Amino acid sequence: MNDDVVSAASTSPEELPGAALDIAPLLLVPVVAIAMLPLVGSFPAWITLTVAGLAMGMMIFIMASGLTLVFGLMDVLNFGHGAFVAVGAYAATLVLLPLSDWTSADSLALNLSAVALAIVAAMVATGIVGWVFERLIIRPVYGQHLRQILITMGGAIVIEQLLSVIWGPDQIPLPLPQGLRGAIVMGDVAIEKYRLLAVAVGVAVFAVMFLVLNRTRIGLLIRAGVENGPMVEALGYRIRRLFVGVFVAGSALAGLGGVLWGLYREMLTASMGGEIVVMVFIVIIIGGLGSVGGCFLGALLTALVANYAGFLVPKLALASDILLMVGILLWRPAGLYAVARR
Amino acid sequence: MLRTMLSDDPPRSRLLAALLIVILVSLAIAPFVASGARALNTAATICVFIVLVASYDLLLGYTGIVSFAHTMFYGIGAYGVGLALATMGPSWWAVFAGLATALLVALVLALAIGLLSLRVRALFFAMITLAVASAFSVLASQLSDFTGGEDGKTFAVPRLLTPAYRLLEADILGRGIDGRLITYYLIFFCSIGLFLLLLRVVNSHFGRVLLAIRENDFRAEALGYRTVVYRTLANCIAALVATLAGALMALWLRYVGPKTFLSFEVMTDILLIVVIGGMGRMYGAVVGATLFILAQNYLQSGMARASDALSAAPFLAKALHPDRWMLWMGLLFIACVYFVPTGIVGKLRGTGK
Repeated sequence: MNDDVVSAASTSPEELPGAALDIAPLLLVPVVAIAMLPLVGSFPAWITLTVAGLAMGMMIFIMASGLTLVFGLMDVLNFGHGAFVAVGAYAATLVLLPLSDWTSADSLALNLSAVALAIVAAMVATGIVGWVFERLIIRPVYGQHLRQILITMGGAIVIEQLLSVIWGPDQIPLPLPQGLRGAIVMGDVAIEKYRLLAVAVGVAVFAVMFLVLNRTRIGLLIRAGVENGPMVEALGYRIRRLFVGVFVAGSALAGLGGVLWGLYREMLTASMGGEIVVMVFIVIIIGGLGSVGGCFLGALLTALVANYAGFLVPKLALASDILLMVGILLWRPAGLYAVARR
Repeated sequence: MLRTMLSDDPPRSRLLAALLIVILVSLAIAPFVASGARALNTAATICVFIVLVASYDLLLGYTGIVSFAHTMFYGIGAYGVGLALATMGPSWWAVFAGLATALLVALVLALAIGLLSLRVRALFFAMITLAVASAFSVLASQLSDFTGGEDGKTFAVPRLLTPAYRLLEADILGRGIDGRLITYYLIFFCSIGLFLLLLRVVNSHFGRVLLAIRENDFRAEALGYRTVVYRTLANCIAALVATLAGALMALWLRYVGPKTFLSFEVMTDILLIVVIGGMGRMYGAVVGATLFILAQNYLQSGMARASDALSAAPFLAKALHPDRWMLWMGLLFIACVYFVPTGIVGKLRGTGK
């Protein structure tokens, strides 16, 4: 391993001219949110809509972040990513349903630890599924987009069907733990507790991801790999290992998103991943393929716009995602933050 | 004469030629030899799917772009004819008005999607079509006043095509010449016509440019072909043919609904058939669609029997349940993409790369 180059770079970051911060997309989310306040009319309704939108956005971000990172690093777009979401949600039932004493207890600590355990189980399960999927399905078709799309689609079908074989074809109810039900009421403003949890988890995931990508050596390697993979390899790093690591981490994130999404719906079906994956694709297109920050903004923007549209003009809500995507692409054809070389 | 009809692209394999002739003859005489509505229904579905899959192959196999919106165009055709007949009454005017509207809508959508997303890359197009198609299918089931929502709509077809209509008093070969038979042959001959048209397209100069774009779009562009224009045109042709296929199917079923025409299952069926039959080979659509639809209609009962027999091994029994048919198709699909990328027809022709 060649440590010199990296340590030389990381000890003196100030000397390098940093890229100018692109501020316009950052402003988009608050501007949209504030602009909607007079249109919505009532402040409590606006708060409820905004929090609901943020929670939804965070869940989508968690599901989408792994996909966009994998795409940026390996140039692989995994159409089977939605199936990982479903795997995560189903794995969570293995923990949450037997622990029904904990989830129905009147203690928030027990409730939260049950959810935490379920999240760990789901992430481990989807991480393993992702590892196997990378080895069996994706490895033989690196660099061949057409076959990649076809084969990951086939993989998604097989995973969904296997879920039905193992858990049966019926819907599985996944009730929210006792302490997370209901809403917190402050004056006229009511905020559902579970949405706050989703926002907290989403912010935490984004913060950890941001720190790992920007403050650690592994993150530096990943960013360098996104920028120019062959060069990283030429410097003596095994980029294949990095690939596998990122793929497994991305799959685990899909699993985490699956648990949150499953608890939000409180009802699991094997096809739930396929339903959300369309939203995930729209988000990563809006954000710019391969960009984590863009994905975060894109997820928030999409979910907020969908919520406001659903409240203001319900008929338009169906097409709001597509319209938003078309609008953003007309403004920036490669998405909010275009990743270099793509 | 035959060579001209096949656009100078004969099967080039005795076995394949024999297979195609068997399929053609069976479909041609199906109403007279098949007993019962189910068999005729299967034959009509095969005819429509051959066209639908062949038009998809123009995109996937010949141009090298993946679209997930093909069922949307299929649905537009079906809904166009179906809603026109439901609102304007059973007349030929309604059929043609609905068809014309559907073709126009499909053309505009295909142009818009193509120009918006085909500039960039194949992946982008795949994602955008997936998004647009899913939005369209939600739209179709939400606007229930107009489209009948999840339940869909049944409608009456022009008198000539109704089962009650008799063209001749006498039976021919023991079968009455009724409206169902006329509908079947309408679908049969339209399908042949559309298939030969697609064969003509892929063997024209235009088709060769598409192949060049599939192999190396950068070089095709360098040779002076505007790849965006060619790709968008291919997308439009495929969309229009799929629209016609949808209209034929709606006339046959006398029903339109999101599950039959817009669901993602139909899309995966098309993908499976193209890959199993053979990508980039028009005859693959014929062989693939026939085998797939036959298997879908008749193999599933075999699976049910195997599942019952294996009740001692619960996991295997569950995996062999007829509802899990897509599991096996998915595995076959993955195996095909890996090991036989040219599909059945590629193997038969012996030109697998």
